Amino acid sequence: MRIFDPHIHMTSRTTDDYEAMYAAGVRAVVEPAFWLGQPRTSPASFLDYFDALLGWEPFRAAQYGIAHHCTIALNPKEANDPRCVPVLDELPRYLVKDHVVAVGEIGYDSMTPAEDTALATQLQLAADHGLPALVHTPHRDKLAGLRRTLDVVRESALPVEHVLIDHLNETTVKEAKDGGCWLGFSVYPDTKMDEERMVAVLEEYGPEKVLVNSAADWGKSDPLKTRKVADALLKAGFTEDDVDRVLWRNPVAFYGLSGRLDLDVAGTDATHEGNSILRGVPKTATPEA
Amino acid sequence: MWELRIAEAGRRCGPEHAEAARVLLLHTAGADAPALARVYRQGTADERRAVLEALPHLVDGPEALPIVEDALRTNDTRLVAAAVGPYAARHLDAHNWRHAVLKCLFTGVPVDSVADLPRRARADAELARMLDDYAAERRAADRPVPHDLYRVLDLTGHPATPTGTGAPDSVTDPTAPDGKES
Ligand SMILES: [Zn+2]
Repeated sequence: MRIFDPHIHMTSRTTDDYEAMYAAGVRAVVEPAFWLGQPRTSPASFLDYFDALLGWEPFRAAQYGIAHHCTIALNPKEANDPRCVPVLDELPRYLVKDHVVAVGEIGYDSMTPAEDTALATQLQLAADHGLPALVHTPHRDKLAGLRRTLDVVRESALPVEHVLIDHLNETTVKEAKDGGCWLGFSVYPDTKMDEERMVAVLEEYGPEKVLVNSAADWGKSDPLKTRKVADALLKAGFTEDDVDRVLWRNPVAFYGLSGRLDLDVAGTDATHEGNSILRGVPKTATPEA
Repeated sequence: MWELRIAEAGRRCGPEHAEAARVLLLHTAGADAPALARVYRQGTADERRAVLEALPHLVDGPEALPIVEDALRTNDTRLVAAAVGPYAARHLDAHNWRHAVLKCLFTGVPVDSVADLPRRARADAELARMLDDYAAERRAADRPVPHDLYRVLDLTGHPATPTGTGAPDSVTDPTAPDGKES
């Protein structure tokens, strides 16, 4: 089984996680830029983070046989801090880079005017750079947040078919689907979806344009949720092809809209057969911690 | 505008040609030390590698050394391997050069990546001492000593101190450093 986790914050995870993910079938991940739990206080702090998403983290992932791409953005929570907002001016030089496959996570947190501006600005940046957008929906006041998000997307230069709306659930899936977006579901303990509810949503709405992710990060979360959903789907009678569609082909199709998805990196799994990603470096090379 | 082309080289030329394209762009642009430093600072690991590859052909003096030193501080073996090229061989001072060699051994970067190794290692008693101590530490921990270590030690002209076996351990896997440096 091949699995693509389209939303996971590997920066917060350990090498044990990478190992377990590979064993479970994960061969590709996308890491959206988000907040770190501890608020940032300057654009420079974002730049170091973006550089890590394009440097150290893909290197770590490749050592475990996993292709790593990222999405870059000012997240909605920190869009409210005037000390952070100037990072928007730095985004264009990141959005041209090879392993950036979307603008994200953008969207709403508390639905403030500052968030309106950041969302609209970054949807425009996505359109300008030929990138799709990963738009997260808020935890509080979710349905109202989704509606406002869809309005802003419709007013933007970015076609709705280039937008993935994430953290959907039973109350928001229908409107997002009717809106023509890609549909993301985070299977995350306690606060988002779980495996059984995910199966039920897929039974009701079908696998078309549906992506399932673990959204694993520094919170109580589980990087193997994608595999657990796959197993639950098979058990519920979905076919191998349905599972492959949701957990591999749909994320490949969505992020492939960027024209920058390079999944061969997964074939260059450094820990398994010495290869081009390490370019001549022996197969057992281990980074220092 | 050429700096933008460097960033998007993978998408335009395909990942397998990206590095060659980036190096070519740097040559064509005649990038000087400040330009290389800027591209490096704003670059991904792949872009940084291209800067390190192009460096020895574009800068004569030592003014671009901070780029090499930065790459040697990383834990990314792709960058470490690119950093020990001809530019480092020409300009890196003895202390930092020895640490770069040791870092290669620690992280499993083949010492074949180290440019001009025989010349710089020759008669370097301090390097020999460092290698010897590292070998002793590995043996004390019951860990294999990388064969590359003995190759470099040979080049110094200082034979290995006969602590422990004093000869390459019979390791089936030639590259088993655990690279734990900190
Ligand atoms: Zn997230």
